[in-house]
Amino acid sequence: MSAFREPPIRPEYELALPLPSLGGAPLGPSAHPAPAHRPVFGELAWLRKAALLLVLAALWEALARWYDNDLLLPTALATGRALVDGIVSGELFGYVGVSFAVLAQGYVMGIAGAFLLTWLAVSNRVGRELIETLTSMFNPLPAIALLPLALLWFGLGKGSLIMVLMHSVMWPLTLNACAGFRAVPETLRMAGRNYGLGGLRLVLQILIPAALPAILSGLKIGWAFAWRTLIAAELVFGTTSGQGGLGWFIFQSRNELFTDKVFAGLAAVIIIGLAVEQVVFQTLERVTVRRWGMQR
Amino acid sequence: MNTPTLQVVQHGPLLRAEHVTIEYAGEHGTVRATEDVSFDVHRGDRFVLLGPSGCGKSTLLKAVGGFIAPRAGSLRLGGKPITAPGPDRIVVFQEFDQLPPWKTVEANVMFPLLAGGMNKPEARERARHWLGKVGLARFADAYPHTLSGGMKARVAIARALAMQPEILLMDEPFAALDALTRRKMQEELQVLWEEIGFTMLFVTHSIEEALVVGNRILLLSPHPGRVRAELNSHQFDLGSAGSVEFQAANERIHRLLFGDAASPSTVSTPAYAHP
Repeated sequence: MSAFREPPIRPEYELALPLPSLGGAPLGPSAHPAPAHRPVFGELAWLRKAALLLVLAALWEALARWYDNDLLLPTALATGRALVDGIVSGELFGYVGVSFAVLAQGYVMGIAGAFLLTWLAVSNRVGRELIETLTSMFNPLPAIALLPLALLWFGLGKGSLIMVLMHSVMWPLTLNACAGFRAVPETLRMAGRNYGLGGLRLVLQILIPAALPAILSGLKIGWAFAWRTLIAAELVFGTTSGQGGLGWFIFQSRNELFTDKVFAGLAAVIIIGLAVEQVVFQTLERVTVRRWGMQR
Repeated sequence: MNTPTLQVVQHGPLLRAEHVTIEYAGEHGTVRATEDVSFDVHRGDRFVLLGPSGCGKSTLLKAVGGFIAPRAGSLRLGGKPITAPGPDRIVVFQEFDQLPPWKTVEANVMFPLLAGGMNKPEARERARHWLGKVGLARFADAYPHTLSGGMKARVAIARALAMQPEILLMDEPFAALDALTRRKMQEELQVLWEEIGFTMLFVTHSIEEALVVGNRILLLSPHPGRVRAELNSHQFDLGSAGSVEFQAANERIHRLLFGDAASPSTVSTPAYAHP
């Protein structure tokens, strides 16, 4: 029980510290240089991913060559060539342009709808309960499942596409925005009211910026949902007044048995999805919520 | 002990609380936070609301802030009843998230000024001035998340003082800081008060802090919050924290709060190192 040893009694000492450089602020120039440049590893991670992709492409190439059936499984090189051809000839841009035009309309209308619903949900209790019920009902419903109904209501055309797009954006965004508004710290609300802010000014100057991380993630999820919904919808009927989108390109290429073009179309879907996510949303997050320390 | 140079015209108290009873809806019916609390705060006062948790001191401060309406009694600032939050009563909260993270330190101080309709150059100049006063001039362009807790508290104080409110409402502003930083902040607050001479209502649960920061202490008992005593503490500052009188005052407050049974040695309070 008393088996521990008495620690030794050591002499005391005091040291005179050199005067702090500037006002004793905790940011004095450090005597130690910053640890030697860490990000090399991070850059390597990027390279590693590219290398992995190359290995996968090589595997695909080998498999396709061994299988030797261009109709069912074109080689990676053939797919690459079809993709480059599509880009160079501008053919692919036309399809992507059509898809984006529809997407933009549906996305913007979805956002407008979401803000309306969010406003309803945060303004009073009945509204909140209604929106909670609606979001929990419609959020799990795949937007594409509404397409037959949309076709019935709006016919074969842009109206149907926009309806399913709206549906795919509106509910996840509403869900996220509402959660974001509810999570605004009470202290921050009180501070805003303390300065005489109320109503719309409180919403614009306190609530929306404070809920921005959640709103942005809602926009991101909405984008991902809208993009896949659009491609799927275009696959089903695709062409509106003679113009088709990317999904239509994939569908049509299959009909014409250009399997390499089908693969190129799929690659384009993936690349665009990734690009918007990486470029648009990452940039948005970097200059806002991550800069403000609201998100890592 | 240096006395502040204050040209105060005495027209009765600045803040007058009369028979204030506050209730709020709890899980099991209404909870009475304070009962029949009266006190007067004069211009230049460092008036402390002191009591254990559950004595309604923070609720009382929020009522003065205009965030909660009392069930009975009246709260008047400069003779006018308090009905809503307003920039003549700026609150400094305990929580660090009182600073909007999307605004730089300077923008944070400018924010209430701009909300009150001041033009940008003037607000910027004032923000610079007050940030200099709390020693944060070099951090004007930093975002709050890059600051330490003490620095965030300083920003909140600068933001409040820049508004030049009638009364500064401080809701346990240093409770979330470590003991050493808290001591430093108490010191700086004292220096600022001696220099500027603002009026403040300060809520705390620490007896030492109350004695050091305040010149008058309203002692509240818990469940519901009722006035136990009103004491003077203008004679103490951080330098007197070890003195016999200070210890005596400390023990007296202990006795008033916990009865004779509990002496300071048996009741644990959030004490911090004496110099």
